[in-house]
Amino acid sequence: MPPTIIQDINQHNFHEVLRPTPFHPRVDHNCLTKNWMDWNGYLTARTYDTLAAEYFAIRSSCSVMDLTPMGKYRINGPDANKFLNRLVTRDVSMLRPQRVSYVVMCNDEGKVLDDATIFHLSEGDYRLCCQHHQLDWLMISSLGMDVSIEEETHDVAALAVQGPTSASALKLAGIDEIEQLKPYDILHTQLHGFEVMVSRTGYTGDLGYELWTSPDNALNLWDAIFEVKQKGFYDIRTIGLSALEMVRIEAGFILPGDDFNTAETAIRADRVRSPYEVGLGWVVNLDKPSFTGKRALLDEKKKPIKRRLLRLEVSGNKAPQDSFLYAGKGGKRIGTIMTQIWSPILKANLAMADVEFAGGSQPNDIWAEIYYQKELEWRVSWAKGKVWNKPFWTHPRRSASPPGSY
Amino acid sequence: MPSYDTIIIGAGHNGMVCACYLARRGQKVLLLEAANEIGGLAAKREFFPEFQVSVAHSISHFSAKVIKELNLESHGFINPSLALPTVGLNRNGEHVVLAHDEGGAASLSGVSEKDLASFKNYQTLMYRYAAMLKPFWETVLPRIGVGGIAKAMTYAKLGLKLRLLGKSDMREFMRIAMLPARDLMDEYFDNDLLKALLSWDALIGSKMAPRSPNGPVVSLLYRMGGDFEGAHYLPENGIESLIYSLRSVAEASGVEIRTNAPVEKILIQGNESGLKVEGVKMPDGEIITATRVVSSADPHRTFVDLVGVENLEIQFANRIRRLRSEGYVAKLHLALHGEPKFTGLAGPEGRMIIAPSMDTIEFAYDDAKYGEFSRQPVMEVLVPTRYQSGLAPPGKHVISAHVMYVPKKLKSKWCVDAREEIKNKTIDLLSQYSPGLQDLIVHAEFLTPEDIESNFRVTGGNWHHADHVIDQMFMMRPTYEAAQYSTPVPGLFLCGAGCHPGGDLTGAAGHNAAHEILKP
Ligand SMILES: Cc1cc2nc3c(=O)[nH]c(=O)nc-3n(C[C@H](O)[C@H](O)[C@H](O)COP(=O)(O)OP(=O)(O)OC[C@H]3O[C@@H](n4cnc5c(N)ncnc54)[C@H](O)[C@@H]3O)c2cc1C
Repeated sequence: MPPTIIQDINQHNFHEVLRPTPFHPRVDHNCLTKNWMDWNGYLTARTYDTLAAEYFAIRSSCSVMDLTPMGKYRINGPDANKFLNRLVTRDVSMLRPQRVSYVVMCNDEGKVLDDATIFHLSEGDYRLCCQHHQLDWLMISSLGMDVSIEEETHDVAALAVQGPTSASALKLAGIDEIEQLKPYDILHTQLHGFEVMVSRTGYTGDLGYELWTSPDNALNLWDAIFEVKQKGFYDIRTIGLSALEMVRIEAGFILPGDDFNTAETAIRADRVRSPYEVGLGWVVNLDKPSFTGKRALLDEKKKPIKRRLLRLEVSGNKAPQDSFLYAGKGGKRIGTIMTQIWSPILKANLAMADVEFAGGSQPNDIWAEIYYQKELEWRVSWAKGKVWNKPFWTHPRRSASPPGSY
Repeated sequence: MPSYDTIIIGAGHNGMVCACYLARRGQKVLLLEAANEIGGLAAKREFFPEFQVSVAHSISHFSAKVIKELNLESHGFINPSLALPTVGLNRNGEHVVLAHDEGGAASLSGVSEKDLASFKNYQTLMYRYAAMLKPFWETVLPRIGVGGIAKAMTYAKLGLKLRLLGKSDMREFMRIAMLPARDLMDEYFDNDLLKALLSWDALIGSKMAPRSPNGPVVSLLYRMGGDFEGAHYLPENGIESLIYSLRSVAEASGVEIRTNAPVEKILIQGNESGLKVEGVKMPDGEIITATRVVSSADPHRTFVDLVGVENLEIQFANRIRRLRSEGYVAKLHLALHGEPKFTGLAGPEGRMIIAPSMDTIEFAYDDAKYGEFSRQPVMEVLVPTRYQSGLAPPGKHVISAHVMYVPKKLKSKWCVDAREEIKNKTIDLLSQYSPGLQDLIVHAEFLTPEDIESNFRVTGGNWHHADHVIDQMFMMRPTYEAAQYSTPVPGLFLCGAGCHPGGDLTGAAGHNAAHEILKP
């Protein structure tokens, strides 16, 4: 059976520069700032009303984000598992149906192309979700295998419902079995007569779920959730990508393409990164006999690590945006801040930093040189960095099962 | 304990050469051949009762080093002292003939004084280039960017050889190496037949026509690296003597040869330190273990069918899948009850090229590249029975012709009718040069590239197993990571025409592979 691609280019209205998601009528209604941005070609809200309110919705109540633009690929056929296991560095041969696994894909040189989540929907039927467009790579990878790859980014509408009260809110919305879901579980259920898939997954580091349905039912799904708010049970707020950026850095999740160049987009030879260099060594199963990138990663493992993406807390109150990093104040330049945020909950500047490891070891005195403006005049200051080996922020309810009611 | 040191897949000439070298160094070698005969594309086969022929019908540059080192001459191979003339056939009998005398000196007839003078210059220059490249065909070309001094030296030597040509010849080499054949010929000659004849060996076997870029001149120089500076020859007792002498050496060195033994899978074991070849699996389920497996099957067949893409990393597998290996050369075999006569020739002498001009070749190619067979094909014709007895009953003859361009993938799909049509068209064309031929025909066989693929297990029915074009040559052949005979799967090696230096009956790939395997 040859691999199949179904793309609904024909359905695209090219008068729209960016494509609205199936939730757009509601998104547009809620988005007071009209602060739009492009995410994989979709019209996406950067913020809805105020960033702080959106952020605190995630951290202290319940947030809803339109996840539709995420790249989604349906993978099945006799060789589906073989295909996936060769595609990713983690061993997914034992991934059970109704379970999700976080994975990373490398090229033959062992450099990261993207991270992804594999949803084992039902026996032999998988969905792969990734940050970037990966259809090309998936098609190339499928040559010689009996597997079907279908782009379904546009055929599945998805919402992330995240925050301490997300389970309680979804239960009230009508998803009775929500409490049974353990982290990375999948549930296929009915809501007001239409099919919804719920997974206990997310990008916030807190308790949270992702809900998947057909575009036809998108508005019904949205309304079912917001009904809980209208009835006055829980506050539920829409959040945009800016708030998500804050919580994902707090939670220590990486963002390929922002925190580092993905292998396919990098032009300069030294810009590509291995999973070890971006802190994803834990999803590399070198004991798996073979996968794409294995030979290169085995070699790399034998040598001292050259650099790493570090979680860096930068002291003071100045944003270390795009800052260079130095070994000691005014010392040798050893790295760059890739992404950074101010964390309201930790009251700290948190950053993802690309740092050289001379001789394979982590520098112990990292300083950031911060340029900032005072009334349009540039100033410079120095701030010391502190490396976090764990996520900056986590909460036990993220993995508590059943989740407590908040 | 594995049962063998080495299992070699395929008893084509390269598989046999490799087996001989390994066995002579004490290895326990098993040679497995799918067909019921050894020889691969050079195997002698009966295409009609009592009429025999081999797909590959002449030799241009079999390795003198291999003949000597394996002592083939004391096992029945007789190197001829004379090369075959190459004849550019003209319907009216005014042929262009390129011949070599016993001393190897070339003589050209049927062309103008001006072309004769140009030919001298052309020949001198081309022989110099061919001689410069010659050592590299029998050398393992190191992976770029890895390895130490010794590896760097191989390339330094090539650079030095280039320098030693002198500045102007070196510049000229850099210029013409990448020229389409057409431009090179047009620069030197006027005579259409001559131009077509000289460009023939730059093109045949790959998806190439006179105007194609991508290194046809390098392919030509490859073929000019033989004993007769590019002229073809037949060993005194035929192509088969090459194959049989190799078998004799192999057997004398202790190689175990099994025919009717198609390998179904190359067995690979995996653990945390990676993959490792274990042996091979046969169709009846038999598992034969070995320390290493060396495949002379083409790269696509070896990796995609025998290894399986699940054991290969994605980009590597994709490069193998994208190797250009569609065949465009078909074979016409005729069983004749008398000697064919060609207008203007005393006898059916030499390699006769039917290609009136480079345009004819180009137009023939144009049809084929869009999936049709050529309205007017071009071909190389040999009457091996003229030189060798035993291929046909006394007084009877065989014609062997390489016919271009016949696409592997015919737009209207290959079927009996399509094959009949092109066969008849080819015979009609041939009869224009050999009146009365039709009446001599006892039987005609036409093998399309698709037939060659299925009968000889060569992907695409491709002459070289994968096109011999510049991006698939040298340390890129068949593709990087498999270009030094070793492959990404430890214990698996390649030794066939799909490796450096390429196809033709040369033995170089088998020789180089053995060298790489035996290196300390
Ligand atoms: C139409 C045509 C005409 C040609 N004419 C000439 C010519 O006149 N002069 C010249 O020099 N060259 C000629 N060539 C090219 C030349 O024949 C080849 O390049 C050369 O024979 C390659 O030798 P090899 O040993 O590498 O491979 P092959 O000769 O192809 O041998 C490979 C062997 O592997 C075997 N094999 C494959 N898969 C398996 C398996 N799974 N298990 C067991 N065995 C397997 C095959 O059966 C085959 O015997 C011609 C080629 C073609 C297609």
